[in-house]
Amino acid sequence: MKFGHNTRARLTIAGSFLVALILSILPWPVWTEQFRPDWVALVLIYWCMALPTRVGVGTAWSVGLILDVLYGSMLGENALAKSLIAFMAVHFHLQLRMFPRWQQAMVVLLLVAANNLLVLWIKHLAGQAPATWGYLTPSIVSMLLWPWLFVILRDIRRHGNVN
Amino acid sequence: MLHLSGWQIRTPTNLTRFVLLALLSVGLMLLDARGHHLQKIRAGLTVLFRPVQILAAIPVRVGGWLVELTRSDTSLRAEAERLRTEQPILVARLQKVEAIEAENAHLRQLLGTSALVADRAVVAELLEVTSEPLRRTLVIAKGGKDGLYAGQPVIDTYGIRGQISEVGVLQSTAILITDPGHAIPVQVNRNGLLAIAFGTGEPDTVSIRYLTASADIKQGDLLVSSGIGGGFPFGYPVAKVKKIVNDPNELFLDIIATPVAQLSHNKEVLLIWPAKSSLPAVTKKPADIKKPLVQKKPAEQKKPVEITAPAEAPRPATAGPAKPVEGAAP
Repeated sequence: MKFGHNTRARLTIAGSFLVALILSILPWPVWTEQFRPDWVALVLIYWCMALPTRVGVGTAWSVGLILDVLYGSMLGENALAKSLIAFMAVHFHLQLRMFPRWQQAMVVLLLVAANNLLVLWIKHLAGQAPATWGYLTPSIVSMLLWPWLFVILRDIRRHGNVN
Repeated sequence: MLHLSGWQIRTPTNLTRFVLLALLSVGLMLLDARGHHLQKIRAGLTVLFRPVQILAAIPVRVGGWLVELTRSDTSLRAEAERLRTEQPILVARLQKVEAIEAENAHLRQLLGTSALVADRAVVAELLEVTSEPLRRTLVIAKGGKDGLYAGQPVIDTYGIRGQISEVGVLQSTAILITDPGHAIPVQVNRNGLLAIAFGTGEPDTVSIRYLTASADIKQGDLLVSSGIGGGFPFGYPVAKVKKIVNDPNELFLDIIATPVAQLSHNKEVLLIWPAKSSLPAVTKKPADIKKPLVQKKPAEQKKPVEITAPAEAPRPATAGPAKPVEGAAP
């Protein structure tokens, strides 16, 4: 099949989000659950940083809504949290691009932590707040994963000539 | 900058978009949580994105299939042998259960309370997807057309796992008793002390709240569903008390219990339709006692599916329906 340049770029981005969504609901042993990185947030931050004209708050909101549907959480919960991430990532995309990799990872830590705290706060309002500290570990795992994920997604972007 | 019939329309900035979408999210959440107005939209979206869930479930399915394929002859033989020895024991125990059932019905008749009635049970497969971080849920591959309803008890062969929280077209969501939004009325099997078991969000922990230091509860006590509220039928095992901390500064005991059901096993579950219990003061004749009506697929005969539970004794008139609690209030 032959696609135009634009369509191919969109398909590549959509494909990366699909993989992230599948990874988010892929079952793992229960004890690993609190170490599960926020795949969607990682992919989202990368695209917002690399192609802020293509991926922004709107994409983040839609992907977050799909995540809400898949998780069975309140509709809008993850959508709001992911839009927040995208807003910050797009706003600071020029700075983010200049940062060394470890510094980017620190920003990723902050963004995912903000996402998790927002979700926790919403859950607390809805009366479903858990009595654990488990909500902070995913941001640390996401931070550690960022350098590798960055390289993979950059290669995909260059190889697929997505811009 | 857009030009629309003489008007100049600025393309929305990043911030404007974020604010608009944030407002939309808040609106959606309020509609969803407060009034449950989005059931249909959610059901439609769930069907639309079902392929993603099926894709995510593939690795585990394939893994299980490979394990089955590579299992050695000897291990299969050993398992067959184990089942062969186990089966007569279970059947023998069942004979006794029937006698006890009849006796129980007779005694209840003498007491003037409603008789023993059997619950209907169906085996349901799970979709192997994991739940949202911080929550404990299951996706069940059965929907409204199979007669499922919100609040329906979900059990396994060991005890209560949770209840259906949302019924979809092709699949339903169940929340486990360990979910932070779940609570189940229980009683101590030893002495009938009533309590409520709250989910905590930790994998294998429920907490028993609002019991004072004078409460007669010990480590190792079995907690069974009390049937109060009418959501869960009486008498199914829920959890075992693991730890009791009595902090003199606190008003209530801090009690941690471990669920007896195998909550982390992603296989099948049993859905039960609690028998319609007659209201208090209506006596049933022993002839009305039905045998457990169990439907199961021939391929899934690995588990003993014998379920009987007595209908509730006269209920307190004040008990509301058991459902996921919002906010923990005693």
